[in-house]
Amino acid sequence: MITIKNLHASIGEKEILRGINLEVKAGEIHAIMGPNGSGKSTLSSVLAGREDYDVTAGEVIFNGKNLLELSTEDRAREGLFLAFQYPIEIPGVSNINFLRTALNEIRAYHKQEDISAKDFLAMVKEKQALVELDAKLTNRSVNEGFSGGEKKRNEIFQMAMLNPKLAILDETDSGLDIDALRIVANGVNKLKSKDNATILITHYQRLLDYIVPDFVHILYKGRIVKSGGKELALEMEAKGYDEIKKEFEIAD
Amino acid sequence: MSIKIDTKSAVTQTLLEQLQKHASKVEFMPNNEIVDAIRLLEDKGIPNNKHEDYKYCNIESVLRKEFKTVEQSFNELTHDDIAPLKLDEAINMVVVNGNYHLDLSEKMVVKRFNILPLNDLFPAEKNRIASLAKSKTDALIALNSAFTGNGFFLEIEKDAVLPMPIHIIYINSGKQNNVVNTRNFIHVRENAEVTIVESFYNLGTGKVFSNFVSEKLIDENAKLTCYTIQTENELTYSVNTNQVSVNKYANYTNTTLTLSGELVRNNHNVELVGENCEASLNGLFITNGNQLVDNHTLIDHQVPNCQSHELYKGIAKDKSTGVFNGKIFVRKDAQKTNAYQSSKNILLSDSATINTKPQLEIYADDVKCSHGTSTGKIDEDALYYLKARGIGDDNARKLLLQAFAQELINKLEIESLQERVLHLFEKAL
Repeated sequence: MITIKNLHASIGEKEILRGINLEVKAGEIHAIMGPNGSGKSTLSSVLAGREDYDVTAGEVIFNGKNLLELSTEDRAREGLFLAFQYPIEIPGVSNINFLRTALNEIRAYHKQEDISAKDFLAMVKEKQALVELDAKLTNRSVNEGFSGGEKKRNEIFQMAMLNPKLAILDETDSGLDIDALRIVANGVNKLKSKDNATILITHYQRLLDYIVPDFVHILYKGRIVKSGGKELALEMEAKGYDEIKKEFEIAD
Repeated sequence: MSIKIDTKSAVTQTLLEQLQKHASKVEFMPNNEIVDAIRLLEDKGIPNNKHEDYKYCNIESVLRKEFKTVEQSFNELTHDDIAPLKLDEAINMVVVNGNYHLDLSEKMVVKRFNILPLNDLFPAEKNRIASLAKSKTDALIALNSAFTGNGFFLEIEKDAVLPMPIHIIYINSGKQNNVVNTRNFIHVRENAEVTIVESFYNLGTGKVFSNFVSEKLIDENAKLTCYTIQTENELTYSVNTNQVSVNKYANYTNTTLTLSGELVRNNHNVELVGENCEASLNGLFITNGNQLVDNHTLIDHQVPNCQSHELYKGIAKDKSTGVFNGKIFVRKDAQKTNAYQSSKNILLSDSATINTKPQLEIYADDVKCSHGTSTGKIDEDALYYLKARGIGDDNARKLLLQAFAQELINKLEIESLQERVLHLFEKAL
């Protein structure tokens, strides 16, 4: 699905990613954990195509294509989806109009016709239920005046509508109470299939009680310093990141 | 009419001479107004960028460069020319090159309002002409008063609530360079209610300097809602003056959408003269190329307990310029005034310019006045978010700009007009 090789990225003079290597196959769920400032959000932004970052070395192959050469919109059209840590409020653009435009642009990219109004509405109804999103919210402006939990649910709702091959969930658990977390996790689990993959980026182990990963990677100072199964997350939760910090501070 | 011209400005002098050749006597205009007009023009001339109020809008230079000679020859228009400009849900009236055109206008199917050519007025009606827009206050009003065409007088009867809007289509159809002065007077009587759409077009082949003056008098407890749609083309240079007087408990709302025109200057002057009245001025402009759109508003709170609201938004592309200058004047007696003003703008190129200036002059001590202004680029975070969902750059920008404009387009409470404006807006993007 996606192969990341020796990825280096900087913002201005500062190098944040310093050689990331990661392979995610279809059907897998990977969790990337790490202390604050380790480069977790930078990784998701670089993959999604945010222009603030300069990729200085490495390559990313997504479905056989050189991801880093694609525009942000083409990455999305190829099936990459980033659930934002801080979803943007866009006053005046209705959620529904936004989603229909996005869906039709993705379809056009794959030489498919626009979705009919009837099919679109049926799909909205079905996917809304999946994340228990209030129908009123879909008609409102994108994320405008949404609570933190509603914004995160709206991200998963969009993910359900756009049906991506690879979803990157950037700190989707942050700011969620336990009920909202359960709803979001439930949505993600239901969307999981053998043909798609998920990368969960998280600071805490809590999310991983609800979405069980196949692999856990620890990111520190721009590198994956440790990989393992789901038990690695529990180990981190118990010990904290201090040990990792100590171990790799010296190696730095 | 003989006019002695002895002015410092050669431009004004040439223009007056040329217009005089073509002009006939403006019968409905009081003599003293014409005298005042000529005096003011002789004295001050047409404003250039040395006048504070015309700092960004050099009318004199436009006249010098583009209207050295004035032909005053026009193409005839037929019903076929007008048909696509009409609005189905409205009574469509037509003004061509400054003259109210009876044949092209629709027959009145709605009672309780009168529309008459200015030349056909009875003395009682005639008295009202120039009672609000006075020659001695402004050179463009003066130019209009001295040389205006046979516009119309529109009166909505007392207590009449018109079931459909009146749509006035102003068309210029000059063959060569010409100057058109258009005038009207709209009087909404006590307790009456009406929506008036004013659309401006240039179907001509020559450049036009269009100098429009509208006087709007709103009596006690009456309601006037106006939509001004400016979609003249790149051959058009226009100055549009609205001089409005709002009486007790009355309500005036204007939404001006400027979608094209090489130079568009709007002077919107509203006097709140009766207690507990309310005025709202809204505007949206989008400028391309070297276009200039200059909105000047003045809200004059003369009496206590009145409210005013202003919301202006602009989008400037290429090398174009947008101006918003909003003056709120609260007189000493106008206690309990509530005035709010907001101007928001988006610059789409490094060579585009927005000048925005709120001007509050407050002489009363118990008032609520606020203003806010912002000018920035398109929201990059929002753009990124849309693109991250697969929406291409062009469409993402369009969505965001349309969202920015929608608040004003939504103020047009006529469905087909909204659609028409949305289409024009998308074309201008």
